Amino acid sequence: MNSFEHTHHAHCESGVVSSMLRHYGVNLSEPMVFGLANALNFAYIPFVKIGGMPLVAYRSMPKSIIKNIRKNLKIEMKLETFSSKEKGEKRLDELLEEGKIVGAQSSVYWLEYFPKEIRFHFNAHNLLIYKRNGDEYFISDPVFDKSVTCSRESLTKARFAKGVMAPKGLLYYPVSVPKEHDLRPIIAGNIKKSAKTMLNTPVPIAGLRGMRYLAKSILKLESKERKYAKLFLGHIVRMQEEIGTGGAGFRFMYASFLQEASELFDNDPVLAEASKLMLNVGDEWREFALMIAKSIKSKNPIDYRAISEKLMRISENEAKVYRKMLEFKANV
Amino acid sequence: MDIKSVPQDNSETYANMKKAIYATGEDGKMQTVGSSGWDVEEIATKAALEEIEESIRVAYEEVKTGRKSPLYYHMYDARMDLLVLAQSTGFFQWTIKRHFKPEVFQKLSEKKLLEYCEVLGKTVDELKTIPKERDEQF
Repeated sequence: MNSFEHTHHAHCESGVVSSMLRHYGVNLSEPMVFGLANALNFAYIPFVKIGGMPLVAYRSMPKSIIKNIRKNLKIEMKLETFSSKEKGEKRLDELLEEGKIVGAQSSVYWLEYFPKEIRFHFNAHNLLIYKRNGDEYFISDPVFDKSVTCSRESLTKARFAKGVMAPKGLLYYPVSVPKEHDLRPIIAGNIKKSAKTMLNTPVPIAGLRGMRYLAKSILKLESKERKYAKLFLGHIVRMQEEIGTGGAGFRFMYASFLQEASELFDNDPVLAEASKLMLNVGDEWREFALMIAKSIKSKNPIDYRAISEKLMRISENEAKVYRKMLEFKANV
Repeated sequence: MDIKSVPQDNSETYANMKKAIYATGEDGKMQTVGSSGWDVEEIATKAALEEIEESIRVAYEEVKTGRKSPLYYHMYDARMDLLVLAQSTGFFQWTIKRHFKPEVFQKLSEKKLLEYCEVLGKTVDELKTIPKERDEQF
């Protein structure tokens, strides 16, 4: 299986799926995988804590990319979890022996090749294993610019980390991949679906409503301890940038998907326009992050109102992107 | 964002890694560019790391002065908090809090100790002690 080629991606799950499919002869870019899996979203869930901070997410649930791609592209994909470390190790070795490349879910904290600076307890990381030499595994981790190696001990520990979203040794690999796809009906359906989800979320914690909810919560930080307020604001930025989103919490990646989609529909002007609007929204998200970074560093009082208003404006401008996407009429 | 505006700030927190960022190329097409860092992100990451470091430092003193059991230090040293340790071990938070008491911790069964060892990545001997001195990690 030496023919496998590592590619540097922005995000772990969409990156693994893109690399895996390319290996089986289906060329889909990472943004295309992201769009085909309907992965764009926003969620602010104050009662779910990550590292002591409320959950802020710019995408759909972990594992949903693998599951949606499998469904939408009709790929036969096997997902296996294990009751013991020994069984999980043995199965991985068997699959590699058969010449397969294998996707795996893991913790970030226990992967020895990650720099200490970003080793946190996050259990839904994804990577591809493509070769083994004794107790050394050759890994294509999409968020690294080169392929890496990892010892059996570290990999097993990471695959069997316990706690929230515990991977239970999850391995996944395609059994059969249809080579020909007409992507257009899937894209057309997903664009409508994503736009509607973001505009009309029934719960106040997701979609554009989630953004407005977060904006209101930022205002309330005024009455909280300054130290907590800074950590909370920093946490929003980390979820937007640190965790491999391709910049601006996946908004740039989605703009890239819309651009590709436009090309597939004979340079559809509505989608091209939506892509541009989304790119601008991405720039605004980065301005928002910059505002936060400045206020974290500064000794002056934090202007919560300005930060909150910025987020409100972003939610209004994102709404325009989704309304533009709904204008799209596909001839398929 | 166009590719020329993609920050290349050589952030310490990137540890010489590059991150793929999507941006517009000269032909108007979006593509990925390797970024060596962004000051904005570095500030946020460092604030979080400093908070962790502070918790470890406080925990170390608590254990050294005998107010808390070594488990308390090892939890923070593994970048966990009470919630994560409870989720990982399956113990209740109040049970773990009891184990933070030195006199309770001393009498813990082998089985419970091994459960902590497993999720914290320590041997029993390591779990029962704390390092003589500790270096600042960042």
